[in-house]
Amino acid sequence: MPSFVIQEKCDGCKGGDKTACMYICPNDLMVLEPNEMKAYNQEPDQCWECFSCVKICPTQAIEVRGYADFVPLGSSIMPMMGTEDVMWTCKFRNGLIKRFKFPIRTTPEGAANAYADLKGQDLESNLLSTQEADGYELPVPKELA
Amino acid sequence: MALPNKPLGELKAVRDPEVEEREVDVLIVGGGMAACGTAFEVHKWLKDGQSVLLCDKAAMERSGAVAQGLSAINTYIGENSPDDYVRMVRNDLMGLVREDLIFDLGCHVDDSVHLFEEWGLPIWKKTEDGKNLDGKKGQKMGTLKSGAQPVRTGKWQIMINGESYKRIVAEAAKLALGEDNIIERCFIVELLLDANVENQIAGAVGFSVRENKVYVIKCKTMMVACGGAVNIYQPRSVGEGKGRAWYPVWNAGSTYTMAMKVGAELTMMENRFTPARFKDGYGPVGAWFLLFKAKTLNGLGEPYAGSDAAKAELERYAPYGTAAITPTCLRNHLMLFEMKEGRGPIIMDTVTALAELGATMDKKELKHLESEAWEDFLDMTCGQANLWCAQDCEPEKKNSEIMPTEPYLLGSHSGCCGLWASGPDLDWVPDDYKIKARNGKVYKQMTTVEGLFTSGDGVGGSGHKFSSGSHAEGRIAAKQMVRYATDFADFTPTLKQSNEELVDLVYKPVRTYLDNCDYTTMADINPNYIKPNGMMYRLMKATHEYGAGTATYYMTTSKSLEIVMDLLQTMREDCEKLAAGDLHELMRAWEIEHRIWTVEAHLRHISFRKETRYPGFYYQADHPGQDDENWFCFVNSKFDPEKKEWDVKKVPYIKIIPD
Repeated sequence: MPSFVIQEKCDGCKGGDKTACMYICPNDLMVLEPNEMKAYNQEPDQCWECFSCVKICPTQAIEVRGYADFVPLGSSIMPMMGTEDVMWTCKFRNGLIKRFKFPIRTTPEGAANAYADLKGQDLESNLLSTQEADGYELPVPKELA
Repeated sequence: MALPNKPLGELKAVRDPEVEEREVDVLIVGGGMAACGTAFEVHKWLKDGQSVLLCDKAAMERSGAVAQGLSAINTYIGENSPDDYVRMVRNDLMGLVREDLIFDLGCHVDDSVHLFEEWGLPIWKKTEDGKNLDGKKGQKMGTLKSGAQPVRTGKWQIMINGESYKRIVAEAAKLALGEDNIIERCFIVELLLDANVENQIAGAVGFSVRENKVYVIKCKTMMVACGGAVNIYQPRSVGEGKGRAWYPVWNAGSTYTMAMKVGAELTMMENRFTPARFKDGYGPVGAWFLLFKAKTLNGLGEPYAGSDAAKAELERYAPYGTAAITPTCLRNHLMLFEMKEGRGPIIMDTVTALAELGATMDKKELKHLESEAWEDFLDMTCGQANLWCAQDCEPEKKNSEIMPTEPYLLGSHSGCCGLWASGPDLDWVPDDYKIKARNGKVYKQMTTVEGLFTSGDGVGGSGHKFSSGSHAEGRIAAKQMVRYATDFADFTPTLKQSNEELVDLVYKPVRTYLDNCDYTTMADINPNYIKPNGMMYRLMKATHEYGAGTATYYMTTSKSLEIVMDLLQTMREDCEKLAAGDLHELMRAWEIEHRIWTVEAHLRHISFRKETRYPGFYYQADHPGQDDENWFCFVNSKFDPEKKEWDVKKVPYIKIIPD
């Protein structure tokens, strides 16, 4: 399902240092056309439909259209990212609409504990730093063949 | 007047890029789950003055196999034992696995899962009365680490709300490593051996896909963890839909190729994975089988997998086929048997499954069940959800087709190809599984090249790590690399090649393009070069027709293998004439080079193993069935970078955990 960019909505991330879709695409597909200042998907048949560009776009200018070789026209799915949840709107070809809300994270963005102050002690042991700090004992096979 | 011939992409490549040199103690190549594990762990062990650098081809926030998210963590040991974990993996992979690596991973993987939860990954919980709570509501039950019960779908899998799984894991990784020690959009393409110390890694070379710059990086030790190999066989969808690969379409076999080119030993490259998934959209089936208890039917509406004929077929592959959980390849084998006998297609009976589950549920619970079914797709394969919408398919009203996909190579999912890596230095680990460095010490996950480590899809002989296990392996490698860099503090990496020679190598496709592009009026068609896109189709056609692709129901023969090896040889020669007009195309040029080498290793292993170890994944028609007497062993191979020769050999399997 290749992503596409809606002309009217894309503002090229206002010429900032980072074009959001170009920054995020895991397959380097989204690029900015510097004259028009609009982004586009440069290789639609290598699009994994991961929705990373759709989710990150600040102006909601990116959507996806199902792969031409097997997806009938007329449907769409759109995520709306919140800080704790994602809300999906799934539109069927026959017009039916379903909405789903799922949690995405339980902590504020940026709050992941990197254990920056934790220093491992014994470089020769087979324990990871947090296992060592917890006093974890490495299991051994209960019985050997 | 000459027609204007211009590169396709926006970021044009120039003949002479800038060169940036770096020198660090520890280099991390990759940015997926494994590399994020390394990034988190490495600073805990680095001493003052030691340095580290991570290079990711993409942006860590959404790179690797978990970019899109996941709906489950498939490896969480919890109340189970690492011993049983080994037994499960061994049976699924038809008996031949590195039990030391699997057991050791089983001792560490939960620690990573506990960190994920602490960082903010929502993990489903069971209430005391057996109800399922999503990861947000489930917080009131406490954390897994404090003893809360996860929602198990199988013995090893736990359900999560994993849309932001990779973002959360990458956030912790980047915070721990520091932005200054990360280069994103840097595609490392070749590893470099030391000029003075034999068989010692000394660095790597790569380029920026954002600016005309080549990176030459020296290091004492390095981990290469860039995932498996995708788009190596013609996919079932050949138009736009070929982007809808089951595994991440950007995985180009870089892990295997870069390591094999410097002489690292490979193991079990004959193993592959052809998952059976929802047709075309490739949505996950795990939750449908395990959580919703759905059954598969053949085209006649028969539940073929439970039939007497199926049981008899599975008995041919005892003890694996008769175990409580049928190995993944044999489940495919049964499916293919139906299809070949004219009883296809295979249908997932979602209607009956949801009706049976819903029979005891009230309206609210039913609504929740429907939501769970959709979340399974929306969290990890959004396109499958859209396909259902486009087909007006509500799973409670309409069944869906499932189908085995094109082949993939990987070492972290239900596959086990990869690099031969050292087991841990523990008493119970056989000496033959330990790789010693020149100081006599054993470093877990080090390959047969000194100082070169791997994790995740790179570690061969030990599948079923999945996302959590890959992260844990990355952490293990982090500690071992610091140990290595500390033990070899006096080692100064020296490259054999000059910067100029390295730039010549990396930018060769750009120069080929610039030297020749004006000869014809259409830049893609030129007798003096080939574009990566054309080479990709050539590789796919060859593997599809001769290398046990979907064209032949995964069947190959000795003669077909002979032909495809010839075709690959020509492809490798023609790769010398790859052309790239822009930086994106330069990335594609190097990716296809990596893919071709990886496929060659795969087919060389299949040629060597004179049996059909994994029916359902591939068949060698000249050697049908398993031959335990002669082939109950690993197959390892090594490319000699000096002599440019291959050596393929048998390596004994050692059973560690009893049945």
